[in-house]
Amino acid sequence: MTDVGAIADQPEPEIDRSRRKFLTAATSATAGIGVVLAAIPFAASWAPSERAKALGAPVEVDLSKLQVGQMITPTWRLQPIYIVRRDPSTVDKLVKHDSALKDPKSAHSLQPDYARNEMRARRADVLVLVGICTHLGCLPKQVFDAGDPLLGADWPGGFHCPCHGSRFDLAGRVFKGSPASTNLVVPPYAFRGQDTLIIGSEDVAKKGAA
Amino acid sequence: MAPEAASKPGNRAAARGGLWSWINQRLPVEAFLRASAVDYYAPKNFNFWYFFGSLALLALVMQLLTGIFLTMFYKVGAATSFDSVEFIMREVPYGWLMRYLHSTGASAFFLVVYLHMYRAMLYGSYKAPRELLWLFGMIIYLALMAEAFLGYVLPWGNMSFWAATVIVNLFGTVPGIGPGLVEWIRGDYGIADATLNRFFSLHVAAVPLVLLLLVALHLVALHEVGSNNPDGIEINAKKDARGRPLDGIPFHPYYTVKDMVGVGVFLTLLAIVVFFVPTFGDLFMEKANFEPANPLSTPDPISPSWYFTPYYAILRAVPDQRIGALLMLLAVVSFFFLPWLDRSPVKSMRYRGWISKTFLGLFTISFLVLMYLGMEPAQEPYVTMARIFAVPYFAYFWLMPFYSRIDPVKPVPERVTFHG
Repeated sequence: MTDVGAIADQPEPEIDRSRRKFLTAATSATAGIGVVLAAIPFAASWAPSERAKALGAPVEVDLSKLQVGQMITPTWRLQPIYIVRRDPSTVDKLVKHDSALKDPKSAHSLQPDYARNEMRARRADVLVLVGICTHLGCLPKQVFDAGDPLLGADWPGGFHCPCHGSRFDLAGRVFKGSPASTNLVVPPYAFRGQDTLIIGSEDVAKKGAA
Repeated sequence: MAPEAASKPGNRAAARGGLWSWINQRLPVEAFLRASAVDYYAPKNFNFWYFFGSLALLALVMQLLTGIFLTMFYKVGAATSFDSVEFIMREVPYGWLMRYLHSTGASAFFLVVYLHMYRAMLYGSYKAPRELLWLFGMIIYLALMAEAFLGYVLPWGNMSFWAATVIVNLFGTVPGIGPGLVEWIRGDYGIADATLNRFFSLHVAAVPLVLLLLVALHLVALHEVGSNNPDGIEINAKKDARGRPLDGIPFHPYYTVKDMVGVGVFLTLLAIVVFFVPTFGDLFMEKANFEPANPLSTPDPISPSWYFTPYYAILRAVPDQRIGALLMLLAVVSFFFLPWLDRSPVKSMRYRGWISKTFLGLFTISFLVLMYLGMEPAQEPYVTMARIFAVPYFAYFWLMPFYSRIDPVKPVPERVTFHG
């Protein structure tokens, strides 16, 4: 047993400051990494659940009763999908107002490769869009009649967002002067036969393959 | 008797004996109250504008109280939220009162906070040494905006749903990670039950805790530097022989009594709104929110609560999504920089020149006009007007380093003054 007096008599031990600094830094860094790793499950819990993902499977839509000029809005992944049977004359008119559009060739917009064309569609007669404004997510309203009183005499027909006034043509392409910067999104889709549309998948063979 | 506690300066209660003394030997309750109220000196020339700090605190307490009781009856969930709010309104005894107090309280909270902030802009209260006090206040304002938005979603009316859609989509403008970030916040491919559930958790637990902590920091910072006053001079510069500021009076009882008058007037006005015009036209509660959430129908027109509309008008005025979101963010964040943008040698508007007064006046008009424009539909002439009025709004902040320096200021008095 050493007595207390003996300790007091000993000289002050030399403090290795660089060793202390290293150990403090290493401990703090390890704890920091631990905090980041521990945060992962908490952050990851916010991602869509397995149930939400399962409910987001592709949907099939029957187009046989869709007349020219009509629109139906089924939902896929909680989003309304605008499906419009376009008139052949509308299709011819689409290219005429290219100069009034922000992204006429859809270079900066979201769509599958088969919809990166002037019609923004696999087939010119069927328009398939995610009916959500690319600005901040409201639902653009259908204003298909040209020269609508609210939208002006040069309005060619298309969609108008009531929230912030974005305007889109009948291919979902955004007009200049709109707060939205990109064209309406085209979801992945495919046709089985003439009248069955599959939204959410390009695989026509079986339903449910996302 | 613990002699070391009794010997502490200021802890007079500990030396007296009895239960109060027993407590104070173990917890310095009286010393704390004395230091923060009785021995805390505030300038004696406070005016009308100095009611709003204590009223903001009252509004916070009221929101916590009514919120706790609403949580006892509210059932979170996309299938149950809307019905449970109607249940509270129609069937819970006095449920309507708690709900209207909470919804009107939110608007009252913002009104009081805006006036509180405007006071600081009038009298230069954000200037040194009160920069951190101002920053804590601004973070409280941000947390309050988050809290108000999250709460607005909870009734799960159609306006709730679309407000959530629009605000969450703002995060989609973050370069690179935007779309993934939006999906992460929502927890689904659209605003859904998962979103509502997490917003409820944030609204009733996470954000209120942060708010309480921030308010505590705001008050600690205030008591460290002391209150500014309408003359914008430091009362601690002139002290009497006992070290008390000549132009100061003890916060208690002088200002506690004054604030109680403010509380009375505030609660009277609040009661008039709660009992007679709880929806305040369409301003405090929109008609569209009395319909259940419908992902397939956007209310027409859609506009946020009045306290967000100035920023919303700026967002809509820009014909580009990302720049619009950035400018809206800048419109809010600009306030944070005021202590460093302001180069004027004087604090209070009373002693500033015509340039500063003109810019503040134009800012005030712009803020109110933008507030009105944000409530109107996104059409002409409102969009163009929003573009015009956004200019003086931003000029007030970002030209301040220049105009505040050349502004012809008046001499500042040695002691505080009184005006009618």
